[in-house]
Amino acid sequence: MSVATQTTAVRTGRIGRALIVTVLIFFALFYLLPLGVMLINSLKPLPEITGGNMMALPREPTLDPWRSAWSTAQIGVQATGLKPYFLNSILMVVPAVAISTMLGALNGYVLTKWRFPGHRWVFGLLLFSCFIPFQIVLIPMARLLGLMGLAGSLPGLILVHVVYGIGFSTLYFRNYYAAFPTELVRAAMIDGAGFFRIFWRIMLPVSGPIAVVCIIWQFTNIWNDFLFGVSFAGLDAMPMTVALNNLVQSSTGVREYNVHFAAAILAALPTLLVYIVAGRYFVRGLMAGSVKG
Amino acid sequence: MGFLDIDNVTKSYGTVEVLHRVDISVGEGEFLVLVGPSGCGKSTLLNMIAGLEDITSGTISINGRVVNEVHPSRRNIAMVFQSYALYPNMTVGQNMTFGLEMHGVPKAERERALKDVAQLLQIGHLLDRKPGQLSGGQRQRVAMGRALVRDPDVFLFDEPLSNLDAKLRVDMRTEIKKLHHRLGRTTVYVTHDQIEALTLSTRIAVMNKGHVQQLGTPREIYDRPANTFVASFMGNPSMNLMPARIVVRDGAPHAQVTLDGASQKLLRLGQPALAAQDGREVILGLRPEAITDEGGADSSAQLVEQVDHVVSVVEPAGADTFAAFTVGGRDVVARLRANSQPRVGAQFPFRLNMDKAVVFDPRTEARIGD
Repeated sequence: MSVATQTTAVRTGRIGRALIVTVLIFFALFYLLPLGVMLINSLKPLPEITGGNMMALPREPTLDPWRSAWSTAQIGVQATGLKPYFLNSILMVVPAVAISTMLGALNGYVLTKWRFPGHRWVFGLLLFSCFIPFQIVLIPMARLLGLMGLAGSLPGLILVHVVYGIGFSTLYFRNYYAAFPTELVRAAMIDGAGFFRIFWRIMLPVSGPIAVVCIIWQFTNIWNDFLFGVSFAGLDAMPMTVALNNLVQSSTGVREYNVHFAAAILAALPTLLVYIVAGRYFVRGLMAGSVKG
Repeated sequence: MGFLDIDNVTKSYGTVEVLHRVDISVGEGEFLVLVGPSGCGKSTLLNMIAGLEDITSGTISINGRVVNEVHPSRRNIAMVFQSYALYPNMTVGQNMTFGLEMHGVPKAERERALKDVAQLLQIGHLLDRKPGQLSGGQRQRVAMGRALVRDPDVFLFDEPLSNLDAKLRVDMRTEIKKLHHRLGRTTVYVTHDQIEALTLSTRIAVMNKGHVQQLGTPREIYDRPANTFVASFMGNPSMNLMPARIVVRDGAPHAQVTLDGASQKLLRLGQPALAAQDGREVILGLRPEAITDEGGADSSAQLVEQVDHVVSVVEPAGADTFAAFTVGGRDVVARLRANSQPRVGAQFPFRLNMDKAVVFDPRTEARIGD
């Protein structure tokens, strides 16, 4: 028994400990089961799935379903695989996340350090936008995009996601900056830094933790979004989620489950990656030492 | 016209006026301390000088220039904040030169200024560290360094020592005093600590409830407080205030006090003008150090009265022994020499130095008679 478990955990007997571990392993396996099934079946040739047990391990493992899902599967008119739509998703998600995070940071900065009469109302309305269901805005948004000449285009889709993202990103940054000492802003003012200079040089460099939270949140939401993608993207800007749907729902030919599984995992991979990579930057204590300690 | 003029300045938040017609003028190189209890408006006034708060009415001018509408960065001031407000993402060196960088000073010049100040404050070895890696005293030095680098017309300090422990606070106080001597820069310093105010300043403004109660040199503030608020706020233990009545004997004014046990005692007053106020109820103010034992009395004092009285409390404090007795129902504290030995419940001959006595009107609380 290690020292750490002795000091931090409740003391349990050998049997109790074994029981706890067993239950935990069971739930972990239960939770991983769908992903496991997907992985296993994405590595099987199609006859093995249609003719056999879904849970069985592949007898002749193959990467063909993955290749097919990525580059040759029939989606829409051409047999392009998910590749072009993956690119579409990247082209959509990167600017949408960047812009909404920047605007959220700027909003949070203004709402905490450059307060104006009625700032509470503005923040309240921005918060309200977090709770508007997507479906309600579909038709007005379509009309608006049409008027702006952005209907069915990538910039239009980015705009929609940015507008929807501002509510949450503002909430994050406002609450983070509320705890940021105002004396630092005042010191910078006396030092001669202006509105944007204070933002760039003083506020942003210490915003790492909240920026990571915001980016993970926005990235996951925008990448996984289906409704806006299917409504506003048109054919050229169609994101990964919509393409995946089209692939799986196609009513012609044989249903290639192994390809579907591989495609689904491909579609989920980037969000997983963002968690693994960005999660490491959840560093605390960046504020240490700015004020009394 | 002084170097820093605060002329008829008021501050209101909505309909609530928090500073009422403040008039303060100090000359170049003076060390002005704004002192008062919390909520008296001293920090607000400092922020108005800095330009961080708007001025509702009146004018503030620095070096002959009205700065009401001038941006903080162009007032040629530097400020040391209570929390130090060091930029956490920058090194000490970058912290100190940030202001110069913002003002477009060339890099070579910045480096030279940084080197000079770092040497002056002995923080040369800290320049590459981040604020998070510094102790409280070091952060305090860096915060002062950041102000010094700017070479401003006026230094502003907002309770800079209140986050330090007691020992360090006294050291830094001396340091600030030395720096002021050396640089001779006009300084405005906010504190709630009356000892800091007395030790550092060349001029003190005692504030309460948005009013300047008294503006004067530390000696004036201490010896001739304008009213009972100033008298009791400045000095520790605070000034003894006893109810008394003016009685004229042989043409000279006396303060008649009621000792414990209802006996009356006449104490000669040094203010001749009070002779015209026969019979008036007043408050007699006498600092603890003006009430001593026989051997501790000031030999140059003109008017010394002896009061024999029963001692109610004795508090030895090392260098001095404090003893209390009761006059007119109030405790009066005397500061005796450490080796005098009053006993609780026994009579003790106190010597009152009436040269130091001040008299207040009990209704307006203002000092009268001189």
